[in-house]
Amino acid sequence: MVSAVFHSPLEPLPVPPQEATKSIAISACTASVTGQKHSKTTTTPWVAHRWAALSRAFWQRVLPPACGLALLLGLWALVSASTGRSIPGPQETWLQALEVFHDPFYRNGPNDQGVGWNVLMSLQRVAIGFGLAALVGIPAGFAIGRFTFLARMFNPLIGLLRPVSPLAWLPIGLLVFKGANPAAIWTIFICSIWPMVINTATGVQRVPQDYLNVARVLQLSEWKVLTRILFPSVLPYMLTGVRLAVGTAWLVIVAAEMLTGGVGIGFWVWDEWNNLNVKNIIIAIFVIGIVGLALEYALIRLATALTFDEVKA
Amino acid sequence: MNASLTTKFIEIQDVEQTFKTAKGLFPALQGIHLTIAKGEFVALIGHSGCGKSTLLNLIAGLTTPTAGTLLCANKEIKGPGPERAVVFQNHSLLPWLTCFDNVYLAVERVFGRKESKARLRERTATALALVGLEHAGQKRPSEISGGMKQRVGIARALSMEPQVLLMDEPFGALDALTRARLQDELLEIVARTHSTVVMVTHDVDEAVLLSDKIVMLTNGPAATVGDVLQVDLPRPRNRVQLAEDPHYAQCRKAVIDFLYTRQAHVEKAA
Repeated sequence: MVSAVFHSPLEPLPVPPQEATKSIAISACTASVTGQKHSKTTTTPWVAHRWAALSRAFWQRVLPPACGLALLLGLWALVSASTGRSIPGPQETWLQALEVFHDPFYRNGPNDQGVGWNVLMSLQRVAIGFGLAALVGIPAGFAIGRFTFLARMFNPLIGLLRPVSPLAWLPIGLLVFKGANPAAIWTIFICSIWPMVINTATGVQRVPQDYLNVARVLQLSEWKVLTRILFPSVLPYMLTGVRLAVGTAWLVIVAAEMLTGGVGIGFWVWDEWNNLNVKNIIIAIFVIGIVGLALEYALIRLATALTFDEVKA
Repeated sequence: MNASLTTKFIEIQDVEQTFKTAKGLFPALQGIHLTIAKGEFVALIGHSGCGKSTLLNLIAGLTTPTAGTLLCANKEIKGPGPERAVVFQNHSLLPWLTCFDNVYLAVERVFGRKESKARLRERTATALALVGLEHAGQKRPSEISGGMKQRVGIARALSMEPQVLLMDEPFGALDALTRARLQDELLEIVARTHSTVVMVTHDVDEAVLLSDKIVMLTNGPAATVGDVLQVDLPRPRNRVQLAEDPHYAQCRKAVIDFLYTRQAHVEKAA
């Protein structure tokens, strides 16, 4: 069972309160000492406080990620040097990236398009495949969670099909849909439906009995139960499912496009491999990572905005 | 026969409740006989785990008995319904609705077919005013205190104009001062609305202060009605005056005697 708890890697850590007050106290002290010499007694403590806050922010928020990035670049440069430049180093890649992003939306025929088009095409496939999966998976999750019979009916099927690599479905897609693009969308559909079905069903099964008792005492209609009780309390679980689904879809689309060809970031990687243009492959890896991070971040923000404290607990 | 109709509003006849557990059948309640008159305030008291809440859930219709029958206004209780409103132990307000909307959900369900939207809103506002929360309508449950949440729960139950108000340790989770204030409020509300109330409690003072009748349950398993005490203290009741009332002390003594001498809780060696 997929865990249905929010966990944001991007959440800032809270500053320990003791530490914060201590440094404020120190800066206020120094400010009052200097303030006696100068005439600006009213503004100096504020400036000092502000400066302390800024330097604290630098040490806690800016420096650690900068160190991480530096480590990555260092290792990359090392690998590049030790392979005798067959893997290009950070600097050459950066220069190449400037060139690639100079005109991301050019079109020279069907097999030579800018990186922007490739990313957009991949995102479009993910959006269609994922959207269809949400249309089927979320209602299915509600039904499976609400009715034990359906849960017992579908649990073995989900158990059997979920571990199958979505790429194994690609030939079936090609056979049925007779086209590379619908087959890729079909693969995305298959891989992103499971987290949504499972998380929605789990959410429905975990609706607190108290709320359902309220519904029973009030004899609410099934529609009211769905809109007023089930949907709001399932929403956070559902959004976790959506987040996992989008993450998986973005992982799978690259592989699917490598196999199907056409226009897309996965195909672009494969094409650049055939051209032995390793710099572009590395650029593609960064692009895939950044787009994935942006998707994840957007969905976390959406989930936090729509979640109630008492449901999160 | 007419006289018996008015006196017997809720009838519980030889009710038995057995639960299936991993260790086999567990008899929770056995041979429960009880009648409750219209407008009567009944407290169910007993040691924890004796089946007070089980009995209340049976009256609410949230569970069905394994044997025996429960009647409300001469009709068999077959399931839960808005005519038997429940105030839950932990308030059970929906966190995504404002206090007003929580109450409105109930009002809309009971009166929505017959009355206009404006009238429904008016009813909701009246119910909130009844518990002194007219100002908190637009707040969400997470923004108000535990006592206020419980009051919204009571307002929700009262707003349905139920025939019976069922309360499952409604003040159990509150501090002593808040509890006392809500008990006083409940006394006033019940005096005004002439509600029939069944309340589960483990607080002897609360039971004596509020009830007309205290139903004392024996220890489980297979708990049954051990004794019924009529509390004929005059109303309106005032907790300060009652503190020195010899009859109040007598009632209190009777319940304490039942709970701690006759039904002293024997911890089983597991």
